This record gives sequence, C-alpha cells and structure tokens, in this order.
Amino acid sequence: MSAAHDHHHGPAKGLSRWLYTTNHKDIGSLYLWFSFAMFLLGGTFALVIRAELFQPGLQFVEPNFFNQMTTMHGLVMVFGAVMPAFVGLANWMIPLMIGAPDMALPRMNNWSFWILPFAFAMMVSTMFMEGGGPNFGWTFYAPLSTTYAPPSTTFFIFAVHIMGASSIMGSINVIATILNMRAPGMTLMKMPLFVWTWLITAYLLIAVMPVLAGVVTMMLFDIHFGTSFFNAAGGGDPVLFQHLFWFFGHPEVNIMILHAFGVVSAIIPTFARKRLFGYDSMVYATASIAFLSFIVWAHHMFTVGMPLAGQLFFMYATMLIAVPTGVKVFNWVATMFRGAMTFETPMLFAIAFVVLFTIGGFTGVMLAITPVDFQYHDTYFVVAHFHYVLVPGAVFSIMAATYYWLPKWTGYMYDETLGKLHFWLSFIGVNLLFFPQHFLGLAGMPRRIPDYALQFANFNWISSVGGFLFGFSQLILLFVVIKCVKGGKKATDQVWEGAQGLEWTVPSPAPYHTFETPPDPKLIHAQ
Amino acid sequence: MSNDVAPRNNKTVVRKLLLAVVGMFAFGFALVPLYDVICDLTGLNGKTGGRVAEAEAGLLLDEQRQITVQFMAHHNAEMGWAFEPSVAQITVKPGEVNVVSYRVTNPRTTVMVGQAIPSVAPNAAAAHLNKIECFCFEEQLLQPGESADMPIRFFVDPEIPASITKLTLSYTLYDITEKSNKAQAVAIR
Repeated sequence: MSAAHDHHHGPAKGLSRWLYTTNHKDIGSLYLWFSFAMFLLGGTFALVIRAELFQPGLQFVEPNFFNQMTTMHGLVMVFGAVMPAFVGLANWMIPLMIGAPDMALPRMNNWSFWILPFAFAMMVSTMFMEGGGPNFGWTFYAPLSTTYAPPSTTFFIFAVHIMGASSIMGSINVIATILNMRAPGMTLMKMPLFVWTWLITAYLLIAVMPVLAGVVTMMLFDIHFGTSFFNAAGGGDPVLFQHLFWFFGHPEVNIMILHAFGVVSAIIPTFARKRLFGYDSMVYATASIAFLSFIVWAHHMFTVGMPLAGQLFFMYATMLIAVPTGVKVFNWVATMFRGAMTFETPMLFAIAFVVLFTIGGFTGVMLAITPVDFQYHDTYFVVAHFHYVLVPGAVFSIMAATYYWLPKWTGYMYDETLGKLHFWLSFIGVNLLFFPQHFLGLAGMPRRIPDYALQFANFNWISSVGGFLFGFSQLILLFVVIKCVKGGKKATDQVWEGAQGLEWTVPSPAPYHTFETPPDPKLIHAQ
Repeated sequence: MSNDVAPRNNKTVVRKLLLAVVGMFAFGFALVPLYDVICDLTGLNGKTGGRVAEAEAGLLLDEQRQITVQFMAHHNAEMGWAFEPSVAQITVKPGEVNVVSYRVTNPRTTVMVGQAIPSVAPNAAAAHLNKIECFCFEEQLLQPGESADMPIRFFVDPEIPASITKLTLSYTLYDITEKSNKAQAVAIR
C-alpha cells in the first residue's frame, strides 16, 4: 500500500468526512450507527407484531401487513442490524487488535458501507409500493416469493444483491487485513479470538453469500423471464429453493453467532482477570462449527420429505454441533472459575450471553431430533429457539462489545449505573419476551400468524409485555452512548484493570491513526 | 501455523477470494442440475422418470407380489378444470402393464392448456413406477367445454423394495395457457 497520498493528520470536517472516509475507525462507527438505526427500525416492526399478538383477534393490522412485519423484522434484523454491527466491530477492532494501521482495502471499505443504506432504503421502500412489501417470511420460500409474491419483490431481490455484495466486500477486506496486515510477532495463534472468529466467518460469508445471490437471481428469472427453477408447472421444484436457501441460511446463522463467541472470549478473561481457558481449543471449536454448518442445512426442512438416511444424517450432524459449542461454554465457565470477577456492564452482558445462549443451544438440540421436529416445526418453539440464540446471544454480545470498547472509542467512561439499568431491564425483558414462547410452541401455536386460539392468550400477553420492556429499554443504550460520546470521566489507556491486548496499548480515545509504525513485538502476548 | 509476517500482497488475496466468490455463485447454479440428478437416483422429490419402453415390462413379471396403486388428482389454485381418475385404486403385480385413465373437462369458455405433474408417495417408490405412456409427457389443450380421457400405461418395477405394498400416484394440473404458445412441450419427468 502506498502511503504517499493522504497525509492529513486528523479527520476532514463536515459531511464529506463520512462520505469519503477510508479510515477504519470512521467506517466502523458508520457501520455501528447504521446497525443501531436498523435495530430500532427492526425492533419497531417487532413491536407491531407484539402489539397485534397482545390479545387474540385482529386489533391493529391487516394479516397481509402483519406478514410484511414478520418478514421485514427478520430481514432488517439479520441483514441490517446484526451483520453490519459485527462488520462495524471488525472495522474498529481488528486493525487495533492485530497492530495494523488500517484495513487492507480502505476504499473498498468505504464502498461496502455506503451501498448498505441504499440497499435498505430500497428494501424498506417496498412497503409503500402497490401490493406492499415482502410478505413471505425472511426465508422467502418459493413459490410464495415468486408466483404469489407482491410486485415489489424485484426491488427486494436487488436489495439482497446489494447487501450480499456489501458483505462479500467486507469479508474480503477482513481476510486481506488479517492475512497481510498483522504486526510483526502477531502469529495466527496469538491473534485474539475475535479476530479468529472473524477470519473464519469471513470465509463462510464468501462461500455462502454468492449462493444467496444465485438463489435470488433464480427468483428474478422465474418472475420475469419465464424460467422454472422453482415452478412445478414448468418442471422445477419449490423444494429446491429450500435446499438452496438453507445451504446459505445455516452457515448464515453461524456467521451471526461466531463473532459473538469472539466478543465474549475477549470480555470474560478481562473481568475474570484470568487468561482465556483453552485458547487453542476455542480456535479449533470455531473452525469445527464453521465446517459443520455446511452439512446440516436440511434440518430446517425435515417436514418436506426426505429419505430416512437423510433424516438420520442431518439429525446426527446437527447434534454434533453441540460438541464444539459445549467446548466453548465449558471454556468460558472455566475461565470464570476462581477468577477475581467483577461485574461491570460488559461482563453482565457476557455472562447473560453464556447462560441464555446455552438455553438457545439446548432447544436447538431438541429441534434437531427429527421425529420431535415434526411437532415443533413452524411453531413458536422455533421462534423462541432462534430468538434465544440471536437476541441474548448475538445482540447481547454486540451490546457487551459496545460497553466494553466504548471508552476506547470515545475516551470517556460510560455511565455505569445507566449501563447496569439497561442490562437488567434488557435481561428481564428478553426472558419475559421469549421464554413463554417455548410453552406456546409446545402447546402448538403456529408462527407467522396474526391471530390465535384463546388458550394462548396468557403467554402471549406476558410475551408482549416483555417485548415492550425490552424494546424501550434500548433507548437507554442510545442515551448512554450519546452521553459517553459527549463526555464523562476520562478513560485510561487500559480502561479495564484486567484488559489484555494491543487495543489497550493505544491512548483513549484511540487516535485517528494508530499503529502507523508496528507495535513493539514485546507487547504481543500469547492468549 | 505460519510463523511470522504473512506475505503482504493484497492483490493476490483479493484475486483468489473474488475467484472463490465467482466459483460459489456458479456452484449455486450447478446445484440445480445436481439436485435433479440426486432426485432421479433417490426419488427424493417423488417425481417419476421419463418414458420407458414397453418391452422392458413383461420380461420381469413377478407373480408372487401384489401392490396397491392409488390414484389421486389435484388441480392448482387457478386451474378450473374438472380432473379425476377413472378408478381410485387397483392392485397390480410387479412387471405387469396396466392402463388407467384420468378424465378431464374444461368448464371454462376459453381454450386452455394444462400440464400435469406427477408425484409418487412414498418417495422411495418413485423410481420404480415406470410409465410407458402418460398424459403428463405432453401438454393438454382443451376447447371450451371439451372433455377428454387421458391414459397412462405403466408397470411397477419388480425391484421395488419389499417393504412397499402400497403406493400413491398423484397428479397436479397446472394452467400453462400463457406459457404454452412460446414453450414447446416442456420436458417433464
């Protein structure tokens, strides 16, 4: 990389700073703010759902609009909130963690962020078009998304193409940065686990995002050019769609959780004041989960019909994922064991992650049991399962990361009291919201339905109260972050007493340019 | 694991990764024919195979077994045709050629073209239901008010797994009036 141009020492002023920036910290912040905006938007959609489900009967919205809400909630949260948040964390933290001056491909970095707002503007705008927005669920199964889709689906397809391009560029950037930009002495097995999980998931993204792009392209052809990829009348097969989608979709759900493992593996050692237990096994467990994620996709579609051998294979392969995941959970617990623990907000979120993610993992093993899955399939039990791994899983880890690195980003300590308040309200809210959904699912309440039988009323009532509690407590997070950006107690360079790693050797706030000369190799320790 | 500083060549890394992206995009499309091949081999999606020569049938007659074949007819949501099999079920010997017909009527006031898509349950039986002649191999064009009897000549392969004593052959009729002008008879299997 030629550093001949670009010799200014601080950020440019005004809006053009953000439009033209190639600085990894600026782009990281953009990603994180964008992700938070999408989190609030997707959360609003979720609150529409919970408001409608507060009581049986149809109160507020039409069934078609309800379907648009479930679809848009899923799409916005997965592609708009969780994934960009982790890309934002990667932008901010990976160069700081491996002692690199910036990301490897800064201009592409700018581009991969700035196409995202356009993708989501296009996707959300479909809700105002004739026939409404996508109403076929975030999994957009054909023929709901082809033969029976609203006319706006073409815009949805292009939005997915753009998001995919953004993810692929982000992943290429992360891989190039990690492979080429590590400081001298930063060997692969000395990299912080967050860097490792990102390296592995970036490869996953490069493997599956193009398949998603292919699937939506096939949809486009089926809708506009008379092909019959998924159209039975022309010799196609709608089940093929599900195979292709989940070939992308299952690695995708692992993509959303593996980064979270990396974040938690950074936070728990800091507040337990011990080294991470079993670093090597963590790396191998991450790689194993990534590999297994490619061969379990059909567990999402046991009920579409499959030979016995297929059902057995996908059942056992799915259960096998519990092994490396268990290794990780045990390692986190072993790291905390006999540690000098303190319970600042990031640690609270991290511990809640370990406990609640494990609950989500257990329900995942339940769902993996093929004969049982026939009962649970498409019920609220599935909803409860994946929300337990995604909300107190992935989302809590993003919040933990925010509190953990916020003093490094802003130079000020956040308000610990408000942080703890945010944690406890979120923790209570999320469990009130999702735990009763297990019972609803076991009792047979189907998902994606705007109305329900009377016997489900009580649990839905509790769930909706939890939903609004969880939703509105996120405004505390917004307040805490803004307050922390504006000022507060000065943060030290190390910020946390037990914090280890290169990111804590630079001043707080991290200067606009860091590690223009590589860090002293003596600062790089084994994990 | 590589020990020290990795090669600092972004171009090589980007080129390889872009190649992987293009490769995976192509792989996504390659999965379409691959899926068809796997379905042919395993009967995964319950589709029956193409035309089989009649000569293959008699040679293999298995007098010992009796298999019940049930017939079903559905029509797709927009398809207004009356459509039903002449018999609900028959009992056949593996290898024996049978003929069953489906009756179809177009009650509409317009000319319509239909396409029937077969499906066999259990899926494992799909590869063992051999059709010598089937209306599903062609498009069906019916004038307003016209009726037709559409035959299928088939035999059950004697190599059908012993566990299968009953199988269901189901047809779904789709309205392909709009597409059929352009499209030749779609190769349906």
